[in-house]
Formats: sequence, structure tokens, C-alpha cells
Amino acid sequence: MPLLRIDDINLSFGGVKAINGVSINVEKGSIHAIIGPNGAGKTSIFNCISSVYKPQRGAVYFEDRKVTGMKPDQVTHLGIARTFQNIALFHHMTVLDNLMLGRHQFMKRGILAGGIFLGPARTEEIENRKAVEDIIDFLEIEKIRKKPVGTLAYGLRKRVELGRALALKPKLLLLDEPMAGMNLEEKEDMARFIIDINEEWGVTILLIEHDLGVVMDISHRVSVLDFGVKISEGTPAEVANDPHVIKAYIGEDDDFLRDMEAR
Amino acid sequence: MHFCGDFRTTYEKDIEILQTPTVRLGVAACLAFLVVFPYLVKGEYLWVGLQILIAVIGAVGLNILTGYTGMISLGQGAFFGVGAYTTAYMTTKLGLSFWVGVPAAGLVTAAAGMVFGIPSLRLKGLYLAIATLASQFILEWVFLRWEPVTGGSFGIVVPRPSIGGYVFESDRSFYYLVLAITVVMVLFAVNIVRTRTGRAFMAIRDHYISAEIMGINLFRYRILSFGISSFYAGVAGALLGHSLKFVTSEQFNIELSVAYLAMIIIGGLGSILGAIYGAIFMILLPKVLTVLTTKLTMLIPGAAGLAIAMEQGVFGLIIIFFLIFEPDGLAHRWKMIKAYWKLYPFSY
Repeated sequence: MPLLRIDDINLSFGGVKAINGVSINVEKGSIHAIIGPNGAGKTSIFNCISSVYKPQRGAVYFEDRKVTGMKPDQVTHLGIARTFQNIALFHHMTVLDNLMLGRHQFMKRGILAGGIFLGPARTEEIENRKAVEDIIDFLEIEKIRKKPVGTLAYGLRKRVELGRALALKPKLLLLDEPMAGMNLEEKEDMARFIIDINEEWGVTILLIEHDLGVVMDISHRVSVLDFGVKISEGTPAEVANDPHVIKAYIGEDDDFLRDMEAR
Repeated sequence: MHFCGDFRTTYEKDIEILQTPTVRLGVAACLAFLVVFPYLVKGEYLWVGLQILIAVIGAVGLNILTGYTGMISLGQGAFFGVGAYTTAYMTTKLGLSFWVGVPAAGLVTAAAGMVFGIPSLRLKGLYLAIATLASQFILEWVFLRWEPVTGGSFGIVVPRPSIGGYVFESDRSFYYLVLAITVVMVLFAVNIVRTRTGRAFMAIRDHYISAEIMGINLFRYRILSFGISSFYAGVAGALLGHSLKFVTSEQFNIELSVAYLAMIIIGGLGSILGAIYGAIFMILLPKVLTVLTTKLTMLIPGAAGLAIAMEQGVFGLIIIFFLIFEPDGLAHRWKMIKAYWKLYPFSY
């Protein structure tokens, strides 16, 4: 049984078909990548998984429970966390507060206990602080923990956003272009974090990424989208040699395709 | 001052509100000043102090809604009224005591605020501000027309509270009562904003879509924020009613709502300290101007008419200057001053 089952979803905005009958199975414990040219519908799939969009047909199942139709915060409670293509951190809050917010669903104290603070709320704050500090250590962001996120550099913000998603202790982590706009060194760091999260923390990862080198290196399985349709799926090696994929990325070239078929 | 820095080795230490000896000393000095204040001044000045304390409660409440949750409300004045009328009705018509009336005022106002906060689920920013403006006008209309409860345009005469035969009749004794309530409510607000609920509010303010995907129920927390903010307004309104000994609908007009919005903007959005500074500033400034005008009139009798006419203009001008040069509020300026002196003379 796959951890996440995207079952034949269709999503259109007015006349534009963003996703057209896409099915993807994400196996537990894997790193699964979704690639495709701009506007292929990758982020729309993420938005369908976290229930920001509701597909007109088909549904998403997580651990055999139907996610489609739930509210976004309920989906999170099932164990799905995500990061965003254009960083969506809480800019006026500190790194620490951003990560502590990720612990929201594990904390139970309401306004009364919170307002009195001494006692249960304080204990809860400290317990969750410890969990958050583990993530801060893992991501090597100790120095900036008290800084407001709005003052940080882009690469660090990406890292903080990953940390916030990890604070949710997810079973499935959705990463939307975690390496966009990063230099080589930052990309290597991020790739290392992703592999560690997958192998050591046992988190299943579904990622969207444009850097094909990284995708081919770290992922176990790759799905390729083009114009809202899944055109290929398989191991990185299989996908890289699929003529449909090459056509989608490089464009149509009869000679080239004939060469491919002759091989 | 910390010449080598300020080191905290446990999480318990790290989440204390007053983290350094200097800050602890400062707060203790402020509280001591507030305690001896009624013996330093009398008459009108004590009355100003009382008004500031009440305004602090209201401003802190509004800042939780507007500064922390990011929802502009133009109805705070009317919510003051709900609190004032609730306690007035309960103490005079139902014969209950002040000690029941004030908490009840808070709860009734919180309920009213939650109802009028429902549009916030759909509306944001300026559109929400207009929706809350509607609550202001609806409530004002109710204050005037629901005569059996509110006394209509005549208003209600409210008694001062008493406990075990002792009546808080003098302004001085009532001041101490209000001071105690204000300190407790400010502390409560400080704790709310640094724990789970407060973080959820700030997350909604900064990026509500992302907040929802992080597992925050937007409906619940938006309404909760309205509830807490209105609770503060209700208690402040009730105390205002008991201090004036009279409740009438004109006190709770749109002007009051705008004044509170001005307080938190001048003081600093999203800061409890800012709300306190804003309340002090907005209540104190007109009084200071009045005193100055009187002094000026005595000095140059010919300028009397002009000086009095200028008073309101100068008030507006000072506020505009503050917004231009201090857009992040007094709380931010205070932070900068502290940061400068913390490492003096090696600041960089």
C-alpha cells in the first residue's frame, strides 16, 4: 500500500486545465520527485494534496484516508507537512517562533493556561522548545534562532522553512523547489539535509525540483509532468532515457527522435 | 549593563519576561511609581492617571486583535460601551455587585465581539475595517434605543464598587483597584502572546495561508482574537463606567474607536509595551497641551484665543510627525535606545 495515492485527479481553472488525469503513488520511505517544465501543474498537485485546491474529479488518499475535501489544517494533522515555492514564513516572527508554531498541533494549552503561564503552559513550552532545538541543531541554524525571519538571507530562509515543516513531525514531507535560487554549496547542504531526513528520520519525501542533476542523484522515483499530464514515471535512469521526457524538455526534433527510436 | 554579554543556560531562563537585572529594576521602579503616584498628585492629575490605566487595558486588547492578529477594528469604542452598559445594568437594575458586573461585562463583550468578528472569516484588511465600522454604528444605535436596558439618551448612573462595607468612593482608592486589574490583565496579555495562542495569531497576521497549512484553524483563532480583544474592551469600558459613575451612549462613539487605533499605531503594532506607551501618549498629550496653553495665556493674555484654537491643531500635528518619524511606534524607538545602551560604549 503506498503512503500517498493520487488517484486520477483533474483540476481546471475556468478553461485552463491545470491537471488532467494524473495518478501518482508515493511509496513509504522513498524520495519521490516530480519534475516537468514550467506550468506543468506540479505545484497544483501539491495544493491538491494539502487541500488548498479541490480537484474537480479524482481524489488524494493518504494512508488510505481520503484527503480531498478536508480543510488544510486537518490534512496537516494527518502528518503531511510542506514548504512553499515562494517562501511562506512568518516574517515578523523569530526563527524560534516560526519553528515553535510548527509544534502547534502537539501543544494543547489554550488561552487561560497560556495567560496564566506558570504551570502547564510553561512546562509545555519547554518540552516543545527541546524538540525544536533538535531541529535547529540538525539544520545548523543555531546562530539565527532569535532573529526575525524577515531579516535573513534567502538561503537561510529556505532552511528555516524546512525546519518549520520538520517541527510538524510529518510522515510525508512535500518540498516545493527546495533548491531554487541557491548556489552550489547551498544546494549540496540542502541535498544532504533531504537525504538525512529521509534516511535517519524515516520521513517520506515528495519533492518538486528543477535542478535535474540533484533530482537524478537523490530520488528513488521520478514522475514527469507536462501540460497537466503525466508523461513518464520510473527510476531516474528510466526517466532520463524516456523519449517523451526528452521531447518535453528539449522540444520536438524528428531526427533526434528517430535516432532515439533506432537505439 | 552587560559588558560580556548576557548568557542564559537553560530554557527556563530563556523564556523569562524580565531577563536582566536592569530590566527587573526598571519594572520594579515603574510599579513603585504607580503605587505612590496618588500621593504625589491630586485632583485632575490623579484622574488622568486613572484614565491612562483604563486606556492601557483597552489598547492592549485592541493590539491583540490589530497588532498581533492583523485585523483592523473600528469597533473598539462600541465594545467599551457594551462593557460599560453590562456592568451598569447588572449593578443598578439587577442589584449585583461590581465584582460580578465587571467580569460579566468582559464576557458579554467577548461574546458580542465574537459575533461581530464573524465577517473576518471572509473579509480582510480595509474591508474588514468597514465591517467592524458597521458594528460600531449598530451598537451605538442599540445603546440609544434599547431604553429598558440602557436608559436611552438619559444613560445610567453607576455606583462605585464596595467590598465588605468599604466603598471605593474616592478616586484614590478606585485608582488602586484599577491599577491591580490593569497589572493582572497586562501580564495575562503578555503571556498569551508568547505562548501557543499568541504565535497562532501572529502566524495568521504574517501569512494566513501558510498558517492554515501549518495546522491552525483560521476560523477558531480569528474569532478567538476578537473574543480576547473585546473582553479587554469590555473590562476597560466597565471600569470607565464605574470611574465616571455615569454611562451614556455619547461616550462610546467612533471617535473613541479611532483614538484607540491611534494609540496602538503610535505606540507600536504587535507590541504589548507599545500599547501601553500609546495609551499614555494619547491621554497625556492633550492634557499637556492644555496646561501649556493655559501657561501661555497667562504669559501673553492677548494670545489666549489663538492658543486655545491652536491646541487641537498642534495635537494633530504631533501625531502626524510621530507617524512620519516613528512609523514603527514608540516601542520600536525604545528598543533601539536599549540596544544602543546595552553595549555602550562599544555599540556597533
